[in-house]
Amino acid sequence: MLPKQRHVLAVFPHPDDETFGKAGTVAMYTKAGTPVTLICGTLGQMGRNMGKPFFATREKLPMIRKKELEDACEILGIKDLRLLGLRDKTVEFEDPEVLADRIGEVIAEVRPSMILTYYPKHGVHPDHDALSAATVRAVARLPEDERPEIWGSAVTKNARAVLGEPDIVIDVREVMDIKLAAMRAHRSQSEAMMKNMEAEAASSEAAKKAIEERLGTEVYWIYRG
Amino acid sequence: MEPIRREAVDEAISRFVNQDVYLHLETTNGAYAALRSEASMAVCAYIRNGRVKFHRGSIAGDGPYRVGLKMDTGWIYAEGLTDYEVDEEGRLLLAGHDGDGRIAVALQLSLTPFPM
Repeated sequence: MLPKQRHVLAVFPHPDDETFGKAGTVAMYTKAGTPVTLICGTLGQMGRNMGKPFFATREKLPMIRKKELEDACEILGIKDLRLLGLRDKTVEFEDPEVLADRIGEVIAEVRPSMILTYYPKHGVHPDHDALSAATVRAVARLPEDERPEIWGSAVTKNARAVLGEPDIVIDVREVMDIKLAAMRAHRSQSEAMMKNMEAEAASSEAAKKAIEERLGTEVYWIYRG
Repeated sequence: MEPIRREAVDEAISRFVNQDVYLHLETTNGAYAALRSEASMAVCAYIRNGRVKFHRGSIAGDGPYRVGLKMDTGWIYAEGLTDYEVDEEGRLLLAGHDGDGRIAVALQLSLTPFPM
């Protein structure tokens, strides 16, 4: 079951963070008529993936990824996209209070009932952890009864050992086509991965089932401070 | 970009000799290298818009290639370069890609700052 929300705010540093592992959740909400606002911190300027075969250069990558993000938003039904204009890999070196201010402004404007972000300290990428920490900081400034719920995506290897079983488990199979389309929209970042996944799926019925199961479920831990 | 041709890259490098140039230099194995067990740790370093002047520079190797730029007070060096492009703005972009098309190293020169 998808917990009802009034407005969802997603806060992520890179184009594709909103899609990989989370596109199904976003699509389920927009399909249910829940507005989703996305704050994207950077343009993923320093991404390592360039397409397979590669078609991007270091200098063209930001504009390519911006377009990919806009396309993914269209596919996912995200009608409100805010870019913070930060630079890839540098988010943790920005003033955390200023980052919290910027996220806080959007929170005050759209008044989300739930915020989707990485689980603090479990984002693996330093930009993930910096922006989730800033999100927590922005939420902590609100009076307790006005704080939206924070759903954290934890991608560390030891997430379950440290955090326990996820609080939220969403079956996203009914929006699988949308999820896959959003993943493909991030072509520069997903092409190699999708090709490997398709090859793996073609290798055996068991492998195909495992992939479908992996893609069909999205999980989050509610952040409790 | 296209596979490196040494003569073309040497010619491109020569156009930046003895001038104030903006340097983008990076190497990375990706932020998820350790998570995916590709390596024991994620490693990345980059400098964007370092302002440098070199009086000698060339490309070496049989591919992947190396580039060394000699400054009065030091060196700029990159290894693992596979592809190059002189773009519409006259900037020299050199990059090293792995079998999955992922960038592992880049060295770029420009007479104007690279966008932030």
